Amino acid sequence: MTTDTLVDNRSKRQVARATQKSEKMAQKRLTSKGATIAAIIIAVIWTIPTFGLFVTSFRPGSDTQSSGWWTVFVNPSFTLDNYSQALNSGGTALTLGQSFINSLGITIPATVFPLVIASLAAYAFAWIDFKFKNIVFVGVFALQIVPIQMALVPLLSLFSKGLTVNGVGIFPGFELRDAEHSFATVWIAHAIFALPLAIFMLHNFISEIPGEVIEAARVDGAGHGQIFFRIVLPLATPAIASFAIFQFLWVWNDLLVATIFAPSTSLPLTQTLNSLSGTWGNQWFLQSAGAFISIIVPLVVFFSLQRFFVRGLLAGATKG
Amino acid sequence: MSDTRTKTPPVSAVPPEPHESPRRQPSARTTKLVVAGAAVVLAVVFVLLITSPPNDEAKPVSLGFSLNSLFRWMGNLNPLAQIPIIIVIFGLVIALILVLIEYAPRAGNFYFWLRLAACFVIPVLALMLLRPYQNALIWVLVIALVVGALLFFADYRSRQGAGYLFQLVTFMAPAALLLALGLIYPTVATIYQSFFDKTTTEFVGLENYFWVFTNPEGFWSVVNTLIWVLVAPVFSTMIGLAYAVFIDKARGEKYLKSLVFMPMAISFVGAGIIWKFIYDNRQGEQVGLLNAIVTAFGGQPVSWLDAQPLINTLLLLVVFIWTQTGFAMVILSAAIKGVPTEQMEAAELDGTNAWQRFRNVTVPGIRSSLIVVLTTIAIGSLKVYDIVAVMTGGRANTTVLGFEMVNQQQRFQSYGHSAALAVVLFLFVLPLIIYNANQMRKQREIR
Repeated sequence: MTTDTLVDNRSKRQVARATQKSEKMAQKRLTSKGATIAAIIIAVIWTIPTFGLFVTSFRPGSDTQSSGWWTVFVNPSFTLDNYSQALNSGGTALTLGQSFINSLGITIPATVFPLVIASLAAYAFAWIDFKFKNIVFVGVFALQIVPIQMALVPLLSLFSKGLTVNGVGIFPGFELRDAEHSFATVWIAHAIFALPLAIFMLHNFISEIPGEVIEAARVDGAGHGQIFFRIVLPLATPAIASFAIFQFLWVWNDLLVATIFAPSTSLPLTQTLNSLSGTWGNQWFLQSAGAFISIIVPLVVFFSLQRFFVRGLLAGATKG
Repeated sequence: MSDTRTKTPPVSAVPPEPHESPRRQPSARTTKLVVAGAAVVLAVVFVLLITSPPNDEAKPVSLGFSLNSLFRWMGNLNPLAQIPIIIVIFGLVIALILVLIEYAPRAGNFYFWLRLAACFVIPVLALMLLRPYQNALIWVLVIALVVGALLFFADYRSRQGAGYLFQLVTFMAPAALLLALGLIYPTVATIYQSFFDKTTTEFVGLENYFWVFTNPEGFWSVVNTLIWVLVAPVFSTMIGLAYAVFIDKARGEKYLKSLVFMPMAISFVGAGIIWKFIYDNRQGEQVGLLNAIVTAFGGQPVSWLDAQPLINTLLLLVVFIWTQTGFAMVILSAAIKGVPTEQMEAAELDGTNAWQRFRNVTVPGIRSSLIVVLTTIAIGSLKVYDIVAVMTGGRANTTVLGFEMVNQQQRFQSYGHSAALAVVLFLFVLPLIIYNANQMRKQREIR
């Protein structure tokens, strides 16, 4: 009896020790030297370029011409002039500061529109039955195939020349060239290009809302309109938030759509920065300050809402 | 929406599920009345159509405002003021849609007339908003009425009860219209255009496609695009996977992740400028990091972005990989955490080493995520435009399809060539999307 318990105890202790040991081993393995070093190297390589830009943007102009940014650690000298100078310099039509405002004017509506329209469609795909539903849904998903570049010219001519069917003008086209800041065409273009992915991602989420919730609402007398507005929208907030961040970053960072659709006084930051980086040529202090102004908003959005962003990525990709 | 709420109680007596409840048939007389009415309207319109010749001096008929005038008015406001205005307008339209959706499927006389009115009024209104019409007004009315009548009739006869189809159409119409207008129609138009000359007047057959494969710019754009699509996904995924494995369960994993993930938030324009600082080349002391390293080891500075063959393209690829690795890392990291720990432990008990476990347990466990990451990055690298535009502008044979087609169209006004390049790009993307769609269909069937 006693020997039995003794053995039992001993074996227990042994097991515990072994577990501890293997746990330690496991931890050691996961943070083994080679892996750690490799991870650090990757992290450093991935951070250095941005860090270099960041440092350069605070260095006096003459310094940036003559020495690399890393020399700042030997003889540090910093200034904020680059930023004020960059914001107030600009091309023929508008300064970098103005195009910053334009970027906001483009990005916020272009984030809201596709989200709302796509959530309507996603709801219908998820909770209303109709013939060929699956085929249509796959078709919408497959529309991502269309490279934006392919849609640009026809869409542009639709906006500017309008649509004529059989000699009868259905739609004369927008005449917005003389308006000061007209973003309408950019909004519409961005909304269109975002739709396939938005519908797909939101559908993934909305279709997983428990059917009982929807049934219960229906029994209480709610129609699809109320169910959508009062039940599905609040429940889908995380998905909507994550796609909103996605779309915000995508529109803010976009160069192509804005280049084609925005009138010259309504250009966003990316476009102005791109054309300025040509004229600035070797004025690196301006380029770096300008570039940092353009990436500060997405970085703030990204770091403050990273959780949602990652969730959106996962919903969009792994469930596919 | 408060509207909806206050009006709900009296209606709740009506069976809430229209397609399951026996639907209250409007009497046969109403049906006849409606059909007859529609027929009369159509007949009148038709008679008007053939009797009145187009008259150019006709007074423009308009609602007093149109989309165009709205956008023009907004265009002269401060950009920041435009944001709330357009969002409120948009919100009102969506609210109207939701109210219609809510009320439409209910049974009863009032809702019957509501549907009828909506079917006819909305198309007319929508078309009127597009422009002030002159002699075309009659056409517009015909189109709108025909569309409305068809919709109403289909809805009225629908098997699930009146209002069902109406709802569906209202839900889908905004997205469907935009997709048809902005993606489907342009695709067809571009394919059509690719068989015509520069200005889309003369049919030239396959000439534009010959141009793509024989002209140096076209040829290099095809070759480079192939290089991009082969190199970028593989390297981004490999580095991302390695990093995800290395930092898995490490201390401060979150922060290590965001370091690599951060470039995803940066625009390609920003990334282009950032990397110009790395690749810079000049006389005297080097400011670019890469040349500084080269000269520190006693080498001659190299003009990296002009270095041919292919070196400059590969250097552009580095920038792209720099931005995409974070994406691969985040998704694969989540997938790795989804691999059952029991499998890992079992493999460990079998005495496998870390590499074997990685090869035989982790990789099969995250296979589907790997495929998603690879295809997503591949599609992204096929469509790339910004990096090339910002960093080299297509100089020194760095052009790619996505850039060259915009270049042809903006700089040379050569729409035929541009369209042909687009179609080639389309053909490259096609297999990837078909594969993805197939994958998706399989998963949906399993569910």
